Amino acid sequence: MKNLNSKVPKGPLADKWTTHKSNINLVSPANKRLIDIIVVGTGLAGASASATLAELGYNVKAFCFQDSPRRAHSIAAQGGINAAKNYQGDGDSTYRLFYDTIKGGDYRSREANVYRLAEVSSNIIDQCVAQGVPFARDYGGLLDNRSFGGVLVSRTFYAKGQTGQQLLLGAYSAMNRQIGRGKIKMYNRHEMMDIVIVDGKARGIISRNLINGNLERHSAHAIVIASGGYGNVFFLSTNAMGSNVSAGWKIHKKGAYFANPCFTQIHPTCIPVSGDHQSKLTLMSESLRNDGRIWVPKNIEDAKAIREGKLIPTEIIEKDRDYYLERRYPAFGNLVPRDVASRAAKERCDAGFGVNKTGEAVYLDFSSAIERYGKEEANVKGLDQNDSSLIKQLGQEVIKSKYGNLFQMYEKIIDQNPYETPMMIYPAVHYTMGGIWVDYNLMTSIPGCYCIGEANFSDHGANRLGASALMQGLADGYFVLPYTIGDYLSGDIRTGRISTETSEFKNAEENIKNQLEKLINNKGKNSVDYFHKKLGNVMWNKCGMSRNEKDLKEAIFEIIKLRQDFHKNINVPGTLDEFNEQLAKAMRVADFLELGELFAKDALARAESCGGHFREEFQTKEGEALRNDKSFNFVSVWEYKGKPSDANLIKERLHYEEIEVKTRSYK
Amino acid sequence: MKLTLKIWRQANSKVKGKLFEYSISDVSPDMSFLEMMDVLNEELIQKGDDPIAFDHDCREGICGMCSMFINGQAHGPDRLVTTCQLHMRKFKDGDTITIEPFRANAFPVIKDLVVDRSSFERIQQAGGFISINTSGNTQDANSIPIEKNDADDAFDAATCIGCGACVASCKNASAMLFVSAKVSQYALLPQGKVEATNRVLNMVKQMDEEGFGNCTNTGACEVECPKGISLENIARMNREYLGASIKSK
Amino acid sequence: MISSSVSRKITMAISGLFLVIFLAQHFTINITSVFSEKTFNELSHFMGTNPLVQFVLQPILIFGVVYHFLMGFYLEIINRSSRNIKYSFYKGSSNSSWMSRNMIISGLVILSFLGLHFYDFWFPEIDYKYLKILPENPERYYEELVHKFNNPIRVVLYVISFVFLALHLLHGFDSAFQSIGVNNKYSIAIKKGTTIFSLIIPLGFVFIALFHYLNHG
Repeated sequence: MKNLNSKVPKGPLADKWTTHKSNINLVSPANKRLIDIIVVGTGLAGASASATLAELGYNVKAFCFQDSPRRAHSIAAQGGINAAKNYQGDGDSTYRLFYDTIKGGDYRSREANVYRLAEVSSNIIDQCVAQGVPFARDYGGLLDNRSFGGVLVSRTFYAKGQTGQQLLLGAYSAMNRQIGRGKIKMYNRHEMMDIVIVDGKARGIISRNLINGNLERHSAHAIVIASGGYGNVFFLSTNAMGSNVSAGWKIHKKGAYFANPCFTQIHPTCIPVSGDHQSKLTLMSESLRNDGRIWVPKNIEDAKAIREGKLIPTEIIEKDRDYYLERRYPAFGNLVPRDVASRAAKERCDAGFGVNKTGEAVYLDFSSAIERYGKEEANVKGLDQNDSSLIKQLGQEVIKSKYGNLFQMYEKIIDQNPYETPMMIYPAVHYTMGGIWVDYNLMTSIPGCYCIGEANFSDHGANRLGASALMQGLADGYFVLPYTIGDYLSGDIRTGRISTETSEFKNAEENIKNQLEKLINNKGKNSVDYFHKKLGNVMWNKCGMSRNEKDLKEAIFEIIKLRQDFHKNINVPGTLDEFNEQLAKAMRVADFLELGELFAKDALARAESCGGHFREEFQTKEGEALRNDKSFNFVSVWEYKGKPSDANLIKERLHYEEIEVKTRSYK
Repeated sequence: MKLTLKIWRQANSKVKGKLFEYSISDVSPDMSFLEMMDVLNEELIQKGDDPIAFDHDCREGICGMCSMFINGQAHGPDRLVTTCQLHMRKFKDGDTITIEPFRANAFPVIKDLVVDRSSFERIQQAGGFISINTSGNTQDANSIPIEKNDADDAFDAATCIGCGACVASCKNASAMLFVSAKVSQYALLPQGKVEATNRVLNMVKQMDEEGFGNCTNTGACEVECPKGISLENIARMNREYLGASIKSK
Repeated sequence: MISSSVSRKITMAISGLFLVIFLAQHFTINITSVFSEKTFNELSHFMGTNPLVQFVLQPILIFGVVYHFLMGFYLEIINRSSRNIKYSFYKGSSNSSWMSRNMIISGLVILSFLGLHFYDFWFPEIDYKYLKILPENPERYYEELVHKFNNPIRVVLYVISFVFLALHLLHGFDSAFQSIGVNNKYSIAIKKGTTIFSLIIPLGFVFIALFHYLNHG
């Protein structure tokens, strides 16, 4: 078995990062000018890394497949970003954020990385405010916070329901400054097709111009992959249509290990599926669970009547409602972590209590919050607290100010007014905790190739807490990678410009060209979406919210068959040298079809339930996840060996020095 | 629902395009507009035709990628939504829908309904930022209190998604709403005031160089903006510009 | 100074506002013709002979008018050429007023009206005073005015022009405030005020024309 070196520095947990930063090698400002870095992806992680690297003096080439870095899917994050600022004085601290993140991740993340994340979190807020990110403020002019699932403090900074957008625009503006200065060369509408490895080191990429189909060679001294998660392997997810695994998968095939592919987060508050035409799912911020109460009818007859349209939810009286999260988890109630909330919803719907036409939805009800806020407001304004229509109106105004855009979005999609009738929600694939394996320096197992943000595996273990994705993306990009990458690049100051005329580049390009030609010339009978939907079906039904051995084995079998079918029967219209979205999609789906298999294989190998990974065979009598720390206290690290079924499992043992590993309980 | 679609087809930026007619049946009112386009494209692929190229990504109204001009309006007849959030229930059985790309000289067509909005990028690069280092050695976030109203106004300006509906809707193809939203966001915050003079001058200069038209205050941009960016921002930018022209050396 | 689009917009607004003030002043004098021949003659005489008005304000006014319409044409040309391929379906009515989209049309009507108006009053006046240098008769103004409105065709042309003036003002006057950066809590009041002005003044001119036509025609 290969030896994995996570390169976690020695010393007490709290000092590791500071000590490490002081001890790693640096590149002098004069030498940084001689070094090129490629960044693939321009979401929070990629944009912040590009901006910071450029500012440090490196020459950066940044790539995104969208028409602008600002479109990256980080923009869709709604709720907020965590930081251990303790502005609310409610007992928050770096340690508590660290602890909550490890616990939320069900003790499957690397301790030192998580501590560092918590440590730099408050820097992020300072940085973003200085950049002009308009976070929500209170009347005193100071920053406001809200609380999120799985924690007992208010540490989430937000900008209404558009925090991701504002943070990304902040990073994008920092990038723009560097593009204007000529330190970043931006390649919009370019997709990375493969990584080029020269003498065992990452030395460049082959990219494809999506407008004219040209294949291009780009060389650099280091490559940073920041291409996001692979939730779209499920076809239906809250990811953007273009979100894909290809950059990560391509480096995996060239030697980067893939860690914990089966750790997927299913987000509990999404808008339910309406029909077969559905192309993607829409998430509504988890912050809704601060004020919304989740319920289904207590009586199965009521649920049936609702599904048939004979009964409306507001007609069901209080005692006939089952607030199942409050019932099962009195301490955290509606604010249990995402995996717990999602599974509980599935459990109720599987038991026949689902409430929309498809039977796959539960209610998220704001009526008690509206009443509570209404009374508060009436009290503040000295109005009559017994006037129920006034209370309702005042309460609705408060709810509107907090969640207005989410309510509007819901109404546009479902065509129901959520101020008057409860929302319907159902879990959907949202985030992938798994990803490319990286060491403490965020370097993959390919020297010179780094991976940051959602694309790596490092910080969230088996489940991510709300408002932590933005934190990790920016922490990696602004504050971690730009320093750790210097350690590697200090050995490259004499390398000089890397030629793209070598056989490595030529072969990589040739290889991609062949793949593209094969797809376009195949002229089969089924479209890309046909295969993607089929794959999604298998993934959702057999590797979704709950998994078991039989299903997973079937899934592996079906995915292999589907992949063969894909290469035989795929129909990609158009030509190679034009704007051809189908072709780009076909390349991505081909990678999903391989990743899907590894995903199922990983889920099968992990014979325990932890975080987002729930194996039906491993649960308590009450239906809670049963973790097996003795046998599975490790990161599953997969090494590519020609095809997913041959992938070799390497285990990175997890050691907890500062934390006692406990059973996660939110009761 | 059964619909007739007149869609702009143009193979690339160098050739001329024209409207083609397609008919589509079995459209569900619950579909989003782009899902309807997906269905049409699936049919085209099955028939061996070239599917219609259109920009889209997040499909939840925030990335700003989708950009269709539907029945004479940017993002179609609904208000405060992007094309991806427009649902087919806004149309009736038997309707004819004309779909064109966002048109402006500054937004050349790449293919069919896909346009090149890099002019927006260059405007932002000209000054749409605050020049601080991304080193993390900044002062504490709470060291400068910002009046809630200003913070809220800055946020409202910052919600622009850069889709270009303002340009597409404006009879003059003016980009004033887009540029003013960015200028306003920073002008309202103390952090942004330091560079306010140069920012507005540089961004307006770049905007003019990109070939956008002039603002004549028709207000179409505000009405069609999926994020409801207010004309107040344009007034603010005019003010800023006037002040900056006088102040600048 | 007018190299940028925003400067052009601001100068367009300032010249427009200046013309609005002139319009108000012109109207104030003209309306006196309805009530009192004497006052009208006095005021007209003053305006026609006061050197400050004649040699300072008048050139500024002419510059304002010329600037406003030349810039108007220039902007129209730029704006039209900023979208070379037109929409085949453009539903402007869904998001903006007819007035705001057709300032060039209302402007052109007003410009042609100005031609007529200059032909009627200004050229004869200049001819009278500065070319032929006829002796000033302080009583002549009212007669000249009444004489012109004998012709029903002219009255109709005037009435039509004033309708377009109203349309031009309905967008232009309020819009000028936006252009110079006024958009705040007073904007609703400004909108109301400018709307009233934009209706009252042209209607007032229509009234004056009809009044003289009906009473003296």
